[in-house]
This record gives sequence, C-alpha cells and structure tokens, in this order.
Amino acid sequence: MAVRVQEADFDIGAEIAALRRGNPAIGAIASFIGLVRDSNDGDAVSGMTLEHYPGMTEKALTGIVAEAKKRWDIIDALVIHRVGELKPLDQIVLVVVSGAHRGAAFDACEFIMDYLKTQAPFWKKEQTAQGARWVEARASDDQAVERWSGPQAK
Amino acid sequence: MSIRILYFARLREEMGIAQEMLELPPEVSDVKSLRAHLAARGGSSAKAFAAAKAVRVSVNQDLGRNDTPVKAGDEVAFFPPVTGG
Repeated sequence: MAVRVQEADFDIGAEIAALRRGNPAIGAIASFIGLVRDSNDGDAVSGMTLEHYPGMTEKALTGIVAEAKKRWDIIDALVIHRVGELKPLDQIVLVVVSGAHRGAAFDACEFIMDYLKTQAPFWKKEQTAQGARWVEARASDDQAVERWSGPQAK
Repeated sequence: MSIRILYFARLREEMGIAQEMLELPPEVSDVKSLRAHLAARGGSSAKAFAAAKAVRVSVNQDLGRNDTPVKAGDEVAFFPPVTGG
C-alpha cells in the first residue's frame, strides 16, 4: 500500500511492474489514469494548477486505501496524484489495485477514485481564454461516492 | 492559547493569506462557533465565511463538521469542496 503526491509524471508500466514483482498470488490488476482534458463546462482549457494540503492529502489518501483494503480482498494498492502546473494531455492521477481475482480489484479501484474525488484535499484552478477559475465540485461525484455507503460487497 | 488556521484554494485567495494564528476566543469550542467568530470579524473574513458559501473544514488534518470540537493547539483548515482526480 503506497500513496505518493508529486509534481513529476509517472509511468504506469514501471509502477505495475514494481507492484506485481515476484508475487505469484496476484491474478488480477486493475488500474485507472485521470488526464487533463482540453475543455471543461464548454470552455477551452489551456492548463491547470493543482493545489493540495501537504500532510492532510497524504493522510486522506492513506485512509482511503486502508478502507479499500478492509472492504475488499485485495493484495496491494498504489495511488499517485500529481500537483503543480499541468497541461492538456498530462496525466493527473494513477490508481493501481492488485488482487487474486478481478472483481475485488475493479471495485476497489473505482472505490478509491470515488473517495479521492470527494474527500482528498486537492483543488484545480484551470486557465481558460476568459482567465483563470477554480473548478467547481460536481454533484455527480457526490452521487458516485454515495453508492459505496450501502451494504458492503466483497 | 491559540490555534493555527490554514486556508486553501479560493478561500486562501479570498482571505489574502495562507495561514494565521488565532488566540482562541472563549466562546469558540467547535467548528460552528469558530466560523461564526471569523464571519464576525468583518472585511474579507466576513465575505469568505458568508453563510451561503460552501466551505469545508478539517481539524488536525481530518475532515470535520460543524460540531467537531476545536481546542487550543489545533490545526484547523478551511477550503472549498475538493476537486482532485
């Protein structure tokens, strides 16, 4: 279990290779990458600045990964989230989950992203032709996280 | 005895500062009373903590709510709803 907050880019191939190295118990790996889009809410986006709360961000991500490990039978999980100046096409976030079987790996990966979106202290400020603006939180993200609060699936 | 207050993103810009130390007023015991105190200071603080604004809070780096206790030595942070990922 590892979380990293960094300005540098990441390489999913290298991260997955490191996560699964020498572990024949792993039968499935699920992953997610979030990317910077070139548009948002109808406006062209030329770049964004990602701000975070050093200390709390790592604590929140560690808590989310620990909760996923408690709810699902997974073997390992990795979260990398970038901060600083980013441009369209850039990678923002990586989640990788390994397990014996795909079901738990898929679900835990989605769970980690849904909680990250609504609970980890990151804020995006995007640059548009009209100037810079803070990205508004989406109600759909709150709805996405709600679905995990029902009876737990294994 | 005082608390450290941090501001992030839009809140930091509205307040014009990233953090401050606040001598804990006797009437402040939780997040709700701290917000009321900050709103009552006037100026940018009143604007940032206007009742209609969506402001999230953490106390000692855990997400908090209106009834989360605040005591001397705590680190309290205010920020807009998060937008990472």
